[in-house]
Amino acid sequence: MQRILLFLYKIRAFLLFVLLEVIAIWMIASNNSQQGAAFFNSSNQFIGSILDTQNDVVEYFSLSSVNKSLVDKNAELLTELEKLRQPADSVFIELDSVLSSTFQFKGAKVINNSLRLTQNHLTINKGSNHGIKQGMGVFNEEGVVGRVKSVSKNYASIISLLHTELLISSKIKSNDVFGSTKWDGKNPRMAKLMYVPRHVVVEVGDEIVTSGYNAIFPEGIPIGIVVEIRPGPETNYLDITIELATDFSKISYVYLVENFQQQELDSLYQSTGINYE
Amino acid sequence: MSSNRILMVTFSGILYFLFQVLILKNLVLFGGGFCFLYLLFILLLPVQIKTIPTLLISFFLGLGVDLFYDTLGIHAASLVAVGFIRHRWLQVLVPTGGYDDDLQPSLLNMGFGWFLSYSFPLIIIHHSLFFYIESLGTDLFMSSVQKIIASAIFVFIMSIIVQLLFYRRRRGI
Repeated sequence: MQRILLFLYKIRAFLLFVLLEVIAIWMIASNNSQQGAAFFNSSNQFIGSILDTQNDVVEYFSLSSVNKSLVDKNAELLTELEKLRQPADSVFIELDSVLSSTFQFKGAKVINNSLRLTQNHLTINKGSNHGIKQGMGVFNEEGVVGRVKSVSKNYASIISLLHTELLISSKIKSNDVFGSTKWDGKNPRMAKLMYVPRHVVVEVGDEIVTSGYNAIFPEGIPIGIVVEIRPGPETNYLDITIELATDFSKISYVYLVENFQQQELDSLYQSTGINYE
Repeated sequence: MSSNRILMVTFSGILYFLFQVLILKNLVLFGGGFCFLYLLFILLLPVQIKTIPTLLISFFLGLGVDLFYDTLGIHAASLVAVGFIRHRWLQVLVPTGGYDDDLQPSLLNMGFGWFLSYSFPLIIIHHSLFFYIESLGTDLFMSSVQKIIASAIFVFIMSIIVQLLFYRRRRGI
């Protein structure tokens, strides 16, 4: 017995090494799910506040480009508003509930971002106190950004579209054929559109937008533009490369979207056994 | 080791950590050259620090960096591996006459050739583990290899610059 104890004492450094590695690997494994626990990542209160302070300093450098993109978006929204504004003498018709608004939008500032790893995340400066929830869709004025992964009181961490595990339900705008957008981990400007059957006619320059099927994003938010089409390695599908609409290296403000009917849709999908990703 | 020295080492550790997560995190050269300079802190721990304290220090430093990178556990796992190998590797590379007490295995104390053969394999091990675990489950082997080599060279050059600028012979920061 004493010998065993002595032996164990002798290799104590190795045992500690194994223990720490096991802890680390367990952390990696448990963090890998898309909807992780909120504590041990950058949406943690303390880390969030440090990143916030850092961002306060750094954001001055990008102020002018941020202003410009916000002005552009404002202008676009104003034109849209002009179209919707009703002339004084027209009859007002209450819209059908089919068309009633089911989405609510919120704005937030990005305080932490990465784009060179294979699984990238962002952190924003709003959390459950501001009504941010797990699973909300995130986009900016250019296009889709990602999905909320976990939320603390004042911060939330987001799985970037540049994450090899994230699928965004999308469609080709010109012919409404749908597929899934997934990043292949190589170039932060390019992604793949998957599950588009071979018989579909796709052309370079076609616009890819969100499909609205998985109830995370409203329909029609830009994702990217087709730049290359090849017959894929799988016999049934095309291998389509798209250039992402969002420039992830310049993200500073994002919008979050919540679907009021998502729970209803999800439970319906679950009970019928459908899984839209 | 005097208490003054311990204080200096702790202080430099905090400095490395903050520099890594606040500034170097945003610095990626040519899309593939990451700068994990915090590795240098583990490499430059005084020689007589044994494996167990090194393991604990590397685990917590790695975990701290992980929290900011949103890569929970990956930095910790690869840094712990370096912490485990470091002491043995130092024993392999022991110069004639052995190490002096309280010696920092730095470029200035040991010379360029020795430092290269000491640090470069450890940097490669750390980066291989990091990028391998990070790209696990994807088919990105080739681009990982590119990142490993580019980052290792980048970190090595940065570590030489940092040592020339901020370290003195025989003494720490």
